Amino acid sequence: MRLTCPFCGPRDRREFHYYGAADYLNRPGPEAAASAWDDYLHNRDNPAGVTQDLWYHEQGCAAWLKVTRNTVTHEILAVDAVAGGAA
Amino acid sequence: MRYSGLKVFTEGLLGNRGWKPVWRDPAPKASYDAVIIGGGGHGLATAYYLAKNHGLTNIAVLEKGYLGSGNIGRNTTIVRANYFLPGNSEFYSHSMKLWEGLEADLNYNVMHSQRGLINLFHSDGQRDAFARRGNAMINQGDDAILLDRDGVRELLPYLDFDNTRFPIYGGLLHPRGGTARHDAVAWGYARAADRRGVDLIQNCEVTGIDIANGRVTGVQTTRGAIRAAKVGMVVAGRSSQVAAMAGLRLPIESHILQAFVTEGLKPVIDHVISFGMGHFYISQSDKGGLVFGGDLDFYASYAARGNLPMVEHVMEAGMTLMPMIGRARVLRSWGGIMDMTPDGSPIIDKTPIDGLFIDAGWNYGGFKAVPASGFCMAHLMATGTSHPVAARFKLNRFATGHILDEEGTGSQHNLH
Ligand SMILES: Cc1cc2nc3c(=O)[nH]c(=O)nc-3n(C[C@H](O)[C@H](O)[C@H](O)COP(=O)(O)OP(=O)(O)OC[C@H]3O[C@@H](n4cnc5c(N)ncnc54)[C@H](O)[C@@H]3O)c2cc1C
Ligand SMILES: [Zn+2]
Repeated sequence: MRLTCPFCGPRDRREFHYYGAADYLNRPGPEAAASAWDDYLHNRDNPAGVTQDLWYHEQGCAAWLKVTRNTVTHEILAVDAVAGGAA
Repeated sequence: MRYSGLKVFTEGLLGNRGWKPVWRDPAPKASYDAVIIGGGGHGLATAYYLAKNHGLTNIAVLEKGYLGSGNIGRNTTIVRANYFLPGNSEFYSHSMKLWEGLEADLNYNVMHSQRGLINLFHSDGQRDAFARRGNAMINQGDDAILLDRDGVRELLPYLDFDNTRFPIYGGLLHPRGGTARHDAVAWGYARAADRRGVDLIQNCEVTGIDIANGRVTGVQTTRGAIRAAKVGMVVAGRSSQVAAMAGLRLPIESHILQAFVTEGLKPVIDHVISFGMGHFYISQSDKGGLVFGGDLDFYASYAARGNLPMVEHVMEAGMTLMPMIGRARVLRSWGGIMDMTPDGSPIIDKTPIDGLFIDAGWNYGGFKAVPASGFCMAHLMATGTSHPVAARFKLNRFATGHILDEEGTGSQHNLH
């Protein structure tokens, strides 16, 4: 599997660290209910099909990336920078 | 048909023409007292113990493919009871005891082989951690022996003991640990459940869960609607999809785990060896193939195959530990879909919907759990209360903070 980093171009999967579902971008506010934190940290749609998750270009430019991909075929549909991107 | 030595002998003389299919192939009835979704190891064991321990026989297992087509037939067959945390320790201990009586109980040869499991350690700190784990195992009533370097060398002379990065300091031997024939476990439970009247329905995918006034009333399937007052979701890697049919969102992310087998070789590896620091473990099947694997590919996936970086990593770790296997040819590799929870421990619990139960989150360790999981899920479905040895496998433990983090790495999806 290869990811096309918006800054570095197509790179091998080995350069990236997987963090988890893009749910991590929606951090609840400090006043949010405990259930909102539970959803944020633990509960997942976990789709068989198109998903969005966060990857870190650890051995490249160190950018956080939001990857849109298919969990069944391993096809990569889009890779966007989290910072400044339309997250 | 009961199996016996005499039966095998007489069939041998008569050209093996007397064997019959070992379970029926019934059409689904319109209603059952309970249905179990998923005909893997856990689903079949649940059905068996519902019938055997609780006398519930008007029940069905609904399997979308064929029995044993999921992870029960894809794993590397390690059976062990070397857990540390209260909550896990008594559960896997219970499972081990069921394993030890399983063949007699099922009248089926599952090739359970207690050949001993050795976990290697490579530093003083790791030795302390394994000594502590061994004591916890002994306190639980199971067995553990702390081996020093020479002790390991006596049993496994072929390892590279002087690797600079991971010199071998010793190992924790769990003599009752070992392996079993994975699909025989599915077949054995299937046959035994069928003999007690359970309907095993194959090619029957559950496509919806019917709920009225907060109570489950049945399921929709590719072979029609089936009424049931109790429904158990026991679908391992597919848990999120099936739970979503009931409007539930689970603390589960599905990941891929790969495994490998070589061509058949003469007996060379007598134990199960686990090289945790290298993410590698190995045993030898009765057919002679070296069966080995490593860690997850580490990203959410439903492809029943993995990526090359992990293949490379596992091969490197194997060569580091035991250079002698370098000439063995790998026959095939495959992957299975793992239902990973944030803390790496399973769930056997009620759901917020009355009559709907869940058995999931088996991560990469659900094979050894099959007997106790079926036993405890059956107890829960029949009595409405958790079995004491599975009482901590709660669905809401992440919200309440009662996590079971056996590895001690944290309760987060990308850590186990
Ligand atoms: C490579 C690999 C190595 C492993 N090694 C070990 C090991 O050494 N030791 C160990 O203890 N564990 C190991 N495991 C883990 C173990 O195999 C699993 O945890 C366990 O098999 C999962 O439970 P199961 O047997 O019930 O799952 P499965 O056999 O996957 O059963 C689930 C069933 O549900 C069915 N299903 C799904 N959706 C539906 C639906 N909508 N309707 C009807 N049916 C449905 C599926 O078709 C499937 O048959 C390993 C796993 C893998 C992949
Ligand atoms: Zn980059």
